[in-house]
Amino acid sequence: MARVVEHRAMQYRRTFRASLFSSFLSPLMFLGAMGIGLGTYVDRSGNDLLGGISYLAFLAPGLLAATVMQSAAFEATFPIVGGLTWSRTFHAMYAAPIRPRDIALGNLAWIAVRVTLIAIVFTAVMTVVGAASSPLVVFAIPAAVLTGMAFAAPIAAFSATQRTMEKFSAIFRFGITPLFLFSGTFFPIESLPAFLQPVAWISPLYHGVALTRGLALGTAAAEPLAMVVHVVVLCAIVVGGTVATAITVERRLVRG
Amino acid sequence: MPGTPESSLIHARGLTKRFGSMTAVDGIDFDVAPGEAFGFLGPNGAGKTSTMRMIGCVSPVSAGTLRILNLDPSLHGPQIRARLGVVPQQDTLDSELTVRENLVIYGRYFGLSRAECARRADELLEFAQLTERRNDQVEPLSGGMKRRLTIARALINEPQLMLLDEPTAGLDPQARHLLWERLYRLKQRGTTLVLTTHYMDEAEQLCDRLVVMDKARIVAEGSPRQLIAQHATREVTELRFPVGVQETLDGQLEGLAERVERLPDRVLLYAHDGEAVVAAAHARGLQPETVLVRRSTLEDVFLRLTGRSLVE
Repeated sequence: MARVVEHRAMQYRRTFRASLFSSFLSPLMFLGAMGIGLGTYVDRSGNDLLGGISYLAFLAPGLLAATVMQSAAFEATFPIVGGLTWSRTFHAMYAAPIRPRDIALGNLAWIAVRVTLIAIVFTAVMTVVGAASSPLVVFAIPAAVLTGMAFAAPIAAFSATQRTMEKFSAIFRFGITPLFLFSGTFFPIESLPAFLQPVAWISPLYHGVALTRGLALGTAAAEPLAMVVHVVVLCAIVVGGTVATAITVERRLVRG
Repeated sequence: MPGTPESSLIHARGLTKRFGSMTAVDGIDFDVAPGEAFGFLGPNGAGKTSTMRMIGCVSPVSAGTLRILNLDPSLHGPQIRARLGVVPQQDTLDSELTVRENLVIYGRYFGLSRAECARRADELLEFAQLTERRNDQVEPLSGGMKRRLTIARALINEPQLMLLDEPTAGLDPQARHLLWERLYRLKQRGTTLVLTTHYMDEAEQLCDRLVVMDKARIVAEGSPRQLIAQHATREVTELRFPVGVQETLDGQLEGLAERVERLPDRVLLYAHDGEAVVAAAHARGLQPETVLVRRSTLEDVFLRLTGRSLVE
């Protein structure tokens, strides 16, 4: 499995420049525009819907989780389809003594490494601009990574069954983007119409945002049970998705 | 068929591969001895690639016995693969990496140290005549260069057994001859080669022994020379008649040779002495437009055994 991660790292060394903008700059621009720009107006409106914190402090951890989700989801599509169908590098690994499950796990592990870097940079910036009010914010990094993997693992399992990118635009358009907007990242889900709130609860991003926010704001200590529920839900999705990825990747490699 | 199961590098009995209701490989038997160059010849869809994938331990055997390097692929797949070099039909190079990086990372898959990978990569770049391109991306390389790189990559673990699935398909003659020369060198060094091809000249150049596959079964086996002796005559005389004339020759060709085959555009006469056939034809008053006397080739054997009609 380590060899598979090493392969992805070698690729990344050649290609990382292209992803700098989408991975690091674009999320920080969001944070600046919405958190500071729009936040100034929100904070001035004087209501207390956010529980007495600035909009920037509310938004930043949500955006951290949502950013990691997007990157993780993306990394679970092209590189998986590519390795199995276009460049067929996974087949080359399988011809060597690497087992299909190592190829699956190695690729998921690489996604975790990639999004950890993103989460660290984002959290550092968050702390610098004063959007993190608790030392617990350090744990927001693994929380965000867990959120990302809850998307990456099931999506990777699906990617291994696909030979083209056709269906992925639908996943992003009707899955990732609505979740990004309506899972409590930009406003509390309590502001959603009542019938939509249960929908938000089944969204993995809702659990990720709540967990990450609880840690960044330090409110996690006050509601440990809720935090445990978020972690359990996310872990269950990651485990299920990982097992599924190992199965679908193996099936494809054996078929040829 | 030479060899006991223990002395064979590959030992197959009743080897079968099924995909649902379709049988791709139907109970074939063969042995490959160490140091041998062994070929699978056959038209597209004959089951060559399915056989190669079972030998490469990436596709499970549906029925029958298969032992590779005296190990069972269903139990020791990764251990066997560690000692194989595989050149797949479709290139599986990493286009995001350089030529040299492709070799280095492949060595890492076999658990070689970085230093060892680097040393072998440089050696193999030399062998594949790619040293000058070592820091280039893979994508702009020509087809021949990519194939050479794929072969070099397959050698990074110093394999005992090389599996080559249509190694020169789609290459120009220069690139093919260079590849053959490199493969011949490997054979000289004692590496066992197993290849599939539908190029007869490739089989004649490289294979000590080969089997002809057709419709999932083995239909003939032997050295290229033995196969020609068994299934063809020493020489072939090709007579081409003006348009419309060939159809009027009923009865006039029979008896001229051991075997007469009429193709739409010419007549093939299989005999030990081709010139004698020409003389006999002239004596019967036949006036072919062109006459060609040549040695029988594997292609004659192949077409005789697998038929002339297109499979697809």
